[in-house]
Amino acid sequence: MAKFKGAIVVDTEKCKGCGLCVVSCPTAVIELARGVNGKGYHYAHMANPDACIGCSSCGLVCPDTVITVYRAKAS
Amino acid sequence: MTATTEINNIISKENLVYKKTDVLLDNEMHYCPGCTHGVIHKVIAEVIEEMDIQDKTIGVSPVGCSVLAYNYLDIDWQQAAHGRAPALATATSRLMPDKYVFTYQGDGDLASIGCAEIMHACNRGENIVVVFVNNAIYGMTGGQMAPTTLEGQVTATSPYGRDCATTGFPMKMSEMVSLLPGTRFVTRQSAETAGAVRKLKKAIRKGFENTREKKGLSFIEIVGTCSSGWKLSPTQSNEWMKENMFPYYPLGTLKDE
Ligand SMILES: Cc1ncc(C[n+]2csc(CCOP(=O)(O)OP(=O)(O)O)c2C)c(N)n1
Ligand code: SF4
Ligand code: SF4
Ligand code: SF4
Ligand SMILES: [Mg+2]
Repeated sequence: MAKFKGAIVVDTEKCKGCGLCVVSCPTAVIELARGVNGKGYHYAHMANPDACIGCSSCGLVCPDTVITVYRAKAS
Repeated sequence: MTATTEINNIISKENLVYKKTDVLLDNEMHYCPGCTHGVIHKVIAEVIEEMDIQDKTIGVSPVGCSVLAYNYLDIDWQQAAHGRAPALATATSRLMPDKYVFTYQGDGDLASIGCAEIMHACNRGENIVVVFVNNAIYGMTGGQMAPTTLEGQVTATSPYGRDCATTGFPMKMSEMVSLLPGTRFVTRQSAETAGAVRKLKKAIRKGFENTREKKGLSFIEIVGTCSSGWKLSPTQSNEWMKENMFPYYPLGTLKDE
């Protein structure tokens, strides 16, 4: 089991649905939503939250810096 | 414990590991989805925060998609005529030698209309950082050929692919400026993966540290994408970049003195 459990918060209204976070995630946590935000973009969200290890890859590559990452020791 | 409560427990202040730096303003960026300019802005902002130089940094923005960079980084800015950012940065750093002065320039701006200014600023070894964003195209004006456009690359002004027999060859600016004695640090980076972003951050930090030590000019090229100009999706653009740009514009440090 992973040593860390992570979670991300996406500012969905500011997300542009570029998908760069999706391909950067080593554990396939993120998907683009079927729905759209106010700008018409399919925003990113945690589709598989249990797999998040809080590595921050998604936050680092996001051009609009709309992802906040949290990480806690796995209990 | 349900999955939702577990996530809610993780999302708390003491577990925070990555957030937008306050040096980046809250203004939404006008860049297209996936544009490398956004990542580079963020990295510069993070370095400024970490070095605690927000009130001592002056950026010079170019003409090109990043003309409005002053809307995104909460520092002092000037905006130069097309290609002339190195000239403005020269004056600024000479008049205010204790400031951290950097130019932010695209490949059209730096390698085409501003080719003379960058060469001479590098040759004089001005005490500035140059952030050079090479996306192999004129992004802002609709995807025309730039001096950096690859051989055979299709753009609005090379619809059959760039023909080097008539338009010359893609210019390797980092290699060229590394030959000038005025440059101290010349490196080519990218920003498509978390690892690349971390490396880029180290390079930009080194550039600003060189400014602090009055070492002269640091030239940091970033090979990036322009999905609108290239007419690919952001993720396809990264793949195209890796396949086509990296072999011609190899990543790595060319000079570090
Ligand atoms: C004197 C002058 N000539 C031409 C232009 C038109 N123009 C605006 S941006 C640009 C090129 C931008 O390309 P680049 O520097 O690569 O920036 P990018 O948008 O790709 O980041 C050109 C030719 C102008 N604004 N001013
Ligand atoms: S990288 Fe950022 S802007 Fe792009 S889809 Fe992910 S959260 Fe949205
Ligand atoms: S923090 Fe790491 S594991 Fe979690 S969603 Fe982002 S990239 Fe995936
Ligand atoms: S046109 Fe190209 S360089 Fe300009 S914002 Fe769009 S993707 Fe970025
Ligand atoms: Mg360009």
